[in-house]
Amino acid sequence: MPSDPMLKVSSVSTHYGPVQALHGISMEVYPGELVAIVGANGAGKTTLLHTLSRVQNASAGQVWFDGMEITRLPPHKIVAAGVCQVPEGRQVFAPLSVDDNLRLGGFTQRKDHHWFEQELERVYDLFPILKEKWQQAAGTLSGGQQQMLAIGRALLGRPRLLLLDEPSMGLAPLLVEEIFRIIQQLNEQGVTILLVEQNARAALGIADRGYVLETGSVVLSAKADELLEDEAVRRAYLGY
Amino acid sequence: MSQRKGFYLLTLLVVLLPLLFPDNYFVTVVAVSAGLNAILAVSLNLLMGYAGQISLGHAAFFGMGAYTSAILTTKFAWNPWPAMVAGMILTGTIAFFMARPVLKLKGHYLAMATLGFGIIINIILVQAVGLTGGPDGLGEIPTLSFFGWQVDTDLRWYIVIGSCMLLVVWLALNLINSRSGRALRALHGSEVAAEMMGIDTTATKTGVFVMAALIASLAGSLFAHQQSFVSPDSCDFFFSIELVTMVVLGGMASTYGAVFGAIVLTFLPELLVVFEDFEVMIFGAILMSMMIFLPQGMFVGMQNLLQRLTHRRSALPGEDPNEPA
Repeated sequence: MPSDPMLKVSSVSTHYGPVQALHGISMEVYPGELVAIVGANGAGKTTLLHTLSRVQNASAGQVWFDGMEITRLPPHKIVAAGVCQVPEGRQVFAPLSVDDNLRLGGFTQRKDHHWFEQELERVYDLFPILKEKWQQAAGTLSGGQQQMLAIGRALLGRPRLLLLDEPSMGLAPLLVEEIFRIIQQLNEQGVTILLVEQNARAALGIADRGYVLETGSVVLSAKADELLEDEAVRRAYLGY
Repeated sequence: MSQRKGFYLLTLLVVLLPLLFPDNYFVTVVAVSAGLNAILAVSLNLLMGYAGQISLGHAAFFGMGAYTSAILTTKFAWNPWPAMVAGMILTGTIAFFMARPVLKLKGHYLAMATLGFGIIINIILVQAVGLTGGPDGLGEIPTLSFFGWQVDTDLRWYIVIGSCMLLVVWLALNLINSRSGRALRALHGSEVAAEMMGIDTTATKTGVFVMAALIASLAGSLFAHQQSFVSPDSCDFFFSIELVTMVVLGGMASTYGAVFGAIVLTFLPELLVVFEDFEVMIFGAILMSMMIFLPQGMFVGMQNLLQRLTHRRSALPGEDPNEPA
């Protein structure tokens, strides 16, 4: 890779009380990349993302974003720096309207009103179904629509690095395909993406590089197509 | 009903009542305490209904405002206005320093902490006899005056409290539809998700807690001058519970619901007086059936019912003709 990493994670550990969930994770994401983190249930994928956005505290190690250490920054400052997250299980604000949800996504962007209104239009163009239902409570949307809302909401935070947590969770196969197509499209438009997925095949299918997480440690990291070919990965995560 | 139309309607109601029924006991006396309760319920609703932070100690902030005004004007001969401001500064400061540790708690634990706070304040008011007059309370609190206009009749108090209530309702409506208001409502859903939106949840919660306390303190000061008497009974634990009931009865997360709940809970006991011994039983039964049949609260429930009825009549339900702004 030619440039400096956009995100650099060095030996990060995380504890839930006495239980250690992450054991010294190190990884990088370079500008423009789409990096996938795959692994089974309980491997620590979500914990890792939560540690990056500091919803969860790291007990050791450092996280660097754009050359700035963000390990101890409060979550809202990390978002303001340009790290936006699409949380696991979508976590849309159910009683609030679709429009209010999107406006909350742009919470940190109040200074650049013009950019926000333009981006809002762009998100509505990207997901026409959201425009159709803009006044409806987000909780009344279907799972796929909620996932689109969660992605749109994160885009309005003006992400330089977009963290996606299990976007395929609970969606029908056709919708998964649709969501992954959109993720790939966003990446092609220049958004750097860190994607966490249980659906290893779909994730590695669109990613540049991948990390395999097992019980809180990185056990493998390589180019995505190499991982797809890897014997151990195939047996463990792809099932053939 | 749009927010703005609702506000005009409420203003119209406040203006018309004394014109239609002058010298009516319910208008000049009961409506004044309903107005004060509405101010308190609206402020508590910001905290409880919108931000999702339950408080069983809201009456304590009311009491702090009332007693600061009472003590400063009777014992230290202050003018009521600076006394009122002093009350708000004191209450706001205490709320600010309380907010951080207390709002870390959630659900039942937050309820217990605020309940404890309310009881502590009440005990202080009862025990500090030298300053507060103890259980007997403080009397002979002077009334307010605006540039020589003495607020010394029931009707004048109606005007003052009515205007204050409208002001507070207007403030609450504007807050809720603002950027900070969206942050509050987001907090209610999921704090983690709110943090992921870049919302400083601690600052937001502290802000709404202090704001609710300031409004409650203002209501307390108004109450002290209007009644010209305060006692620990007027801001005890039961009053806190009553305020929570107003918010829940009217419908959580609806400013008009809070106003409505306050009005119903103030007027109902007065109207039920005719049943004499059965008054409290009937009151309880009404509350119970309301919550059973309109679980989202009276105001919100009836609003939804009305919406469904009018929707059925219109040709194309569901679709909204408006485009995003």
